[in-house]
Amino acid sequence: MPEPREIELTINGERRAGRCEPRTTLVDFLRETCALTGTHVGCEHGVCGACTVLLDGAPVRSCLMFAVQAAGARLTTVEGLAPPGEMNDLQRAFQEHHALQCGFCTPGILTTMTALLADNPTPTREDVRRALSGNICRCTGYEPIVQAVLDCARGRAGRAG
Amino acid sequence: MNAPDRAVDRATHVGTPTVRGEDQRFLTGAARFTDDVRFERMVHAAVLRSPHANARIRGFDAAAAAALPGVLLVATAADLGEVPVIPLRLAPLPGLDRFVQRAIAVDRVRYVGEPVALIVAESRYIAEDALDLIVVDYEALDPVTNIAQALAGTALVHEAVGTNVGSHYHVARGDPAGGFARAEYTRKERFRCHRHTAAPMETRGLVAEYDGAAMRVWGATKVPFFNRRLLAKMLDLPETAIEMIETDIGGGFGVRGEFYPEDYLVPWAAMRLRRPVKWIEDRREHLMATNHARETECELEIGMKRDGTIVGLRATVWADLGAYTRTGGGVAIARVPQFLPGPYRIPDYACEVFALHSNKTPVGTYRGPGRYEANFFRERLLDLAAADLGLDPAALREKNLVSAQEIPYDIGTLVPFEGPNAYEGGDFHSAYRQALAAIGHGSLPAKGAVIDGRLHGVGLACFTESSGAGPSESARIVARPDGRYEVYVGVTTMGQGHETVFAQIAADELGLPVAAFQVFHGSTSHVDEGWGTYHSRAIVVGGSAVKLAGAAMRDKLIELAARRSGLPAAELRVGAGAVLRESDASTVLDVAELARAAAEGDAEAREATHVKARFDIKMRPYSYGTHVAHVAVDPETAQVEVLAYVALEDVGRVINPLLAKGQAVGGAVQGIGATFLDELLYDEAGQLVSGTFADYLVPTSTEAPPIQAIFLEEAPSASNPLGAKGAGEGAIVATGAAVANAVADALAPLGVKITALPLSLNNLAASIRAARRRA
Repeated sequence: MPEPREIELTINGERRAGRCEPRTTLVDFLRETCALTGTHVGCEHGVCGACTVLLDGAPVRSCLMFAVQAAGARLTTVEGLAPPGEMNDLQRAFQEHHALQCGFCTPGILTTMTALLADNPTPTREDVRRALSGNICRCTGYEPIVQAVLDCARGRAGRAG
Repeated sequence: MNAPDRAVDRATHVGTPTVRGEDQRFLTGAARFTDDVRFERMVHAAVLRSPHANARIRGFDAAAAAALPGVLLVATAADLGEVPVIPLRLAPLPGLDRFVQRAIAVDRVRYVGEPVALIVAESRYIAEDALDLIVVDYEALDPVTNIAQALAGTALVHEAVGTNVGSHYHVARGDPAGGFARAEYTRKERFRCHRHTAAPMETRGLVAEYDGAAMRVWGATKVPFFNRRLLAKMLDLPETAIEMIETDIGGGFGVRGEFYPEDYLVPWAAMRLRRPVKWIEDRREHLMATNHARETECELEIGMKRDGTIVGLRATVWADLGAYTRTGGGVAIARVPQFLPGPYRIPDYACEVFALHSNKTPVGTYRGPGRYEANFFRERLLDLAAADLGLDPAALREKNLVSAQEIPYDIGTLVPFEGPNAYEGGDFHSAYRQALAAIGHGSLPAKGAVIDGRLHGVGLACFTESSGAGPSESARIVARPDGRYEVYVGVTTMGQGHETVFAQIAADELGLPVAAFQVFHGSTSHVDEGWGTYHSRAIVVGGSAVKLAGAAMRDKLIELAARRSGLPAAELRVGAGAVLRESDASTVLDVAELARAAAEGDAEAREATHVKARFDIKMRPYSYGTHVAHVAVDPETAQVEVLAYVALEDVGRVINPLLAKGQAVGGAVQGIGATFLDELLYDEAGQLVSGTFADYLVPTSTEAPPIQAIFLEEAPSASNPLGAKGAGEGAIVATGAAVANAVADALAPLGVKITALPLSLNNLAASIRAARRRA
């Protein structure tokens, strides 16, 4: 068994250091070592998207990456989308549109949609559907999520304008 | 008497689209799912599963696994001593109890995925390393992998029983032979519904901790009280020594929360090791270990007059229950014959039922058990018959739907373990017409009309749906000194939003805002007895218990205030956290003050601020509705696009329109997805070949069609004080039927006949090719 490694990275704006085996997945590192349990494991083979986090702003499957590969990176998880105890406009739009039921897939969807809106602040319905297609939700039928994201984008455009 | 300092909440919360109070914890990563439960000294379990569909276990060599640093326990059947059997929870069809599963395989494995050994280690990584080090000496045997083989019985899943037929029985009503004797036309067809499952996003998982006296188990859901009874018996502990705790649950849909082998193995290991043990199922395990569902074949014959009047229906149904009968394994097969006649006037009906065992994963209930299958069989046959007779499928349904004048409509005794049932109320035609109007039926391109190279079709399906399983449910409301109210319930929740819904119900009874209530569910210590969440019963039965508890608290508060103030009770009402005088809204009795007195030992105050209620449901609510699908099929690629879909159901009373719509849209997408995508495929060796999310396909956002979900409240149920009927399953039950009818309508000009699900690309393309060869 290879020796554990020390890694350092920035998670939700905070410098974090931790020790992990080279085979430790990023999601296990986040959940076990950093106690950030908002990121969920749904399939462990990169299909369901529940474990999506933002790595230097880009959505990645944290079940398909080793923690050591994220050394030095800037990570954002669902816990980092808004200050503790608060919700940002995207999260509020999800609540408003009933865009979650069991909520297990929700953190991965929020991070994926955060990346979409950063990349494309005025997405069309089709843009949202496409960007969302790598995240499985078994409860909502997706439409309320699409509505929430479009609503959030409209709100941001309105405030910017 | 003080002037009231809070506004009286006179709003009616039931019926209002209230956003969920529980959302914030899910949206910020603060929810606590089973895998989020962690303790000092916690260790991790992994389950070694059979790679064979049918094999004898000749021996184990676990020495290397046991020697791996960090491994604490390797257990096989021999280490468990007397291995407990997991009994049926419901649907005790005659004979099924001969096929129940043991908590771990004893000398023999009967499906790929059956637990054969349990490993507990300091980390999940080490536990999984150790799995690879266990050598099991198997003697592989010929498996039974389909219904024909199970019936033939050349290989037996359980030799000691001597048959693969778990249960065989007949049900009937009226005079089936007489009905067919009057028929001017008959049509018989064989149909098949595919094996699939719910696949909730959170896999199963448990954390168990034993301190030498008390056992606590996190991850329970659905039926924690029943599971506690079982576990207590198996571990030889008093029930009161076990607390089953529901964490946040990532979707249930029927498959989650039943008593599975791991529900014994993990607490057993915690007892053995005296350390908290966590087990989290991975997705591959989930697809081979958690209940499968729906695999059913049906030979269905209909007798009709030339004008389309149905005079008789008879069926033979075969269901593949897999290797063992699980806790709810008899439900779906028993519900197929019950729901085959559907909402139609069919006085003469008979069905023969075979519940069969095979070397595949055992089945259980999945959202709309038996209904999805039965509706597909019947509605498909109605369209085939309509085509034969040159009748319009819509007119055929209109003619045969049970009319409002015939309600209550006796449906007879179609389930061996239940008494006679009746459709209690409503107007099926009204629901039917509104569904057709909503989609613009009649003006849509259909019958294979070609637009831009695609063939269009429209499909209909009418259904009835039962809910609100008895017998009872409990609720308890406690008024706190800080002005908050706590609602404790015996039902569980897997994401439906019951915390908000129960708060709405209680708020109306006590004249308070929804935010005044905090709802606690999912612990066996909250109420004396709970029955759980299945058969769309949580609101119907559990919500009614909350309503009764709220009303009882209101009455007790008024009674006490009247006694203490000397005012007549008729002049008092409850609101704004107080008992108020009607005339001037002045406070007669402050509930928070009363709660403080209760805490200081005032028995009278305690009685009025700690209120329990139990609701016993005496009859079964039946909802009903119609689904309509409009599809376009590309005949070259077999790609189907669902262009429009209406799911309409009369649910009696909508408690929260926002959440109800969520149930309907989500349910319809789940069912439509399953009709095209989800399939648990086995090869001849009994190997599951769609065991990952890369093979077992569920609908994604690009496949989810637009759903128009409509709820009617034309027929409130008389079975409960809310007037509610289940609203969580009606949107899935007719999806296979409506979509298959729409695709068949689109492909009718090509001569494609649809009698089997799923309508996967492969299956549909093969049907189109075969039809073209015939042409």
